Amino acid sequence: MPSILSISGVSKTYATGFTALKEVNLDIDRGEIFALLGPNGAGKTTLISIVCGIVNRSTGTVTVDGHDINKDYRAARSLIGLVPQELTIDAFESVWATVSYSRGLFGKPANPAFVEKVLRDLSLWEKKDAKAITLSGGMKRRLMIAKALSHEPRILFLDEPTAGVDVELRQDMWEMVRRLREDGVTIILTTHYIEEAEAMADRVGVINRGEIILVENKAELMRKLGRKRLVLELRNPLTAIPEAFSRYALELSPDGGQLTYTYDNQAERPGVASLIRDLEASGIQFRDIDTQNSSLEEIFVNLVRREP
Amino acid sequence: MNLRAVWAIYRVEMARAFRTVLQSIISPVISTSLYFVVFGSAIGSRITEIDGISYGAFIVPGLIMLSLLTQSISNASFAIYFPKFVGSIYELLSAPVSYLEIVIAYVGGAATKSIILGLIILATASLFVPLHIEHPFWMLSFLVLTAVTFSLFGFIIGIWAKSFEQLQLVPLLIVTPLTFLGGSFYSIHMLPGIWKTITLFNPVVYLISGFRWSFYGKADVSVGVSLGMTLVFLAVCIAIVAWIFKTGYRLRN
Repeated sequence: MPSILSISGVSKTYATGFTALKEVNLDIDRGEIFALLGPNGAGKTTLISIVCGIVNRSTGTVTVDGHDINKDYRAARSLIGLVPQELTIDAFESVWATVSYSRGLFGKPANPAFVEKVLRDLSLWEKKDAKAITLSGGMKRRLMIAKALSHEPRILFLDEPTAGVDVELRQDMWEMVRRLREDGVTIILTTHYIEEAEAMADRVGVINRGEIILVENKAELMRKLGRKRLVLELRNPLTAIPEAFSRYALELSPDGGQLTYTYDNQAERPGVASLIRDLEASGIQFRDIDTQNSSLEEIFVNLVRREP
Repeated sequence: MNLRAVWAIYRVEMARAFRTVLQSIISPVISTSLYFVVFGSAIGSRITEIDGISYGAFIVPGLIMLSLLTQSISNASFAIYFPKFVGSIYELLSAPVSYLEIVIAYVGGAATKSIILGLIILATASLFVPLHIEHPFWMLSFLVLTAVTFSLFGFIIGIWAKSFEQLQLVPLLIVTPLTFLGGSFYSIHMLPGIWKTITLFNPVVYLISGFRWSFYGKADVSVGVSLGMTLVFLAVCIAIVAWIFKTGYRLRN
């Protein structure tokens, strides 16, 4: 199936001389949830802004469902909904008016039933006549989403959607993202909450200093780069790690009560089973055992650090 | 053409005027009435008539132009500056809307508001002085042309401005003085020697003169020149707006 969004050789150098993007190539599959991770200033927002028509690119091409974003900008932009990072709403408009305005701006005929559905889905229906200025931060965020969904986009960009949002609302939002995906909407999000990308995304892209350094199926990424950690709670604290265990590269906690063994999934190091056998043979007893997968966050930090 | 988008923007702009009815409509009416009291009564008692027109009636076209120019500029400049300032411009830039549609909607909204205002001032003035409009078609034509031209000018200022101070700079420091010196309250024939020539470099002179001609059939400069100057200014504004959109100046980085 051809990708719904195709970014090819896109670079951006601002008038100040700052290069925000370097030859970015990225294809987004139809109907997927794609998480774009990167530190502040990596170029995430610039990339989204170029696709949405807010920033002009310096080189490259972008097509949305086959429509070039310049030559066929009307068709391309009609398919896209954008929820920017900042809460930027005309504060004096009512919720209903501002969402209806967005729908009109994207050339869709008025459809009060649809606008009502969007507002109800986002728990904003009771506030439909309230002015944006009277809404709480979380509600404003939902209003931004309602505006982006008002014209029934096929691609939704969420730029840091849950920044400064409480836990309950965050969960509501992810629920909404899942529903949208079920309806076939492609979702591209940037987030600092990496656990969310981990929980939600089908694929993950990592951008750093204007370059996409990795695009990978999330599960594959976790498998390839993930590290596992085995933590043993010892019955009797040790003063030092016995010489016989040097091949395992163990770590001993300062109080001597905990041994940690870190190993790669695919590494050739001795396995967990042999470690446990060796411990028993040496008479080192443990009362508890715990294994942890490294999180996407750790993977991400490692990747970004690895860059020169 | 995305007419729904044009209508959506236009409606929001008109709604803003009705929401701020006190500032948009009532305050210019009050200040116009004050002009009548101050200029009409105080000066009118000394200058009884100019070119055979009573002083009170003589200043009406100038007063309407004064409000038309300042309100067209402030309506349009604010309309486009405000979304830039709060950041909601992202939506306009990411929408399937052409530059022409953006201009039609914003300039149309701003011009409509100032035309309504001009007509309200005309109605207010008719309560103070007996009015006579000799060329109603041309009166409306000058009204619409001027409102559109200066709304375009305001739109340019709104795009150019990086702060509220800059937004106010041109209207306060250039347009208001030019309007006061453009023959709103006097005929330029009353000016001494060299000033009569200098004042011809003031574009507002032509607007007011043409507009006054449509009321009373008398003008400081020929009506053809007035119309020509108005059209030239309109063309200049259109050219600048076209350039802004071609380059993305201060809109798209």
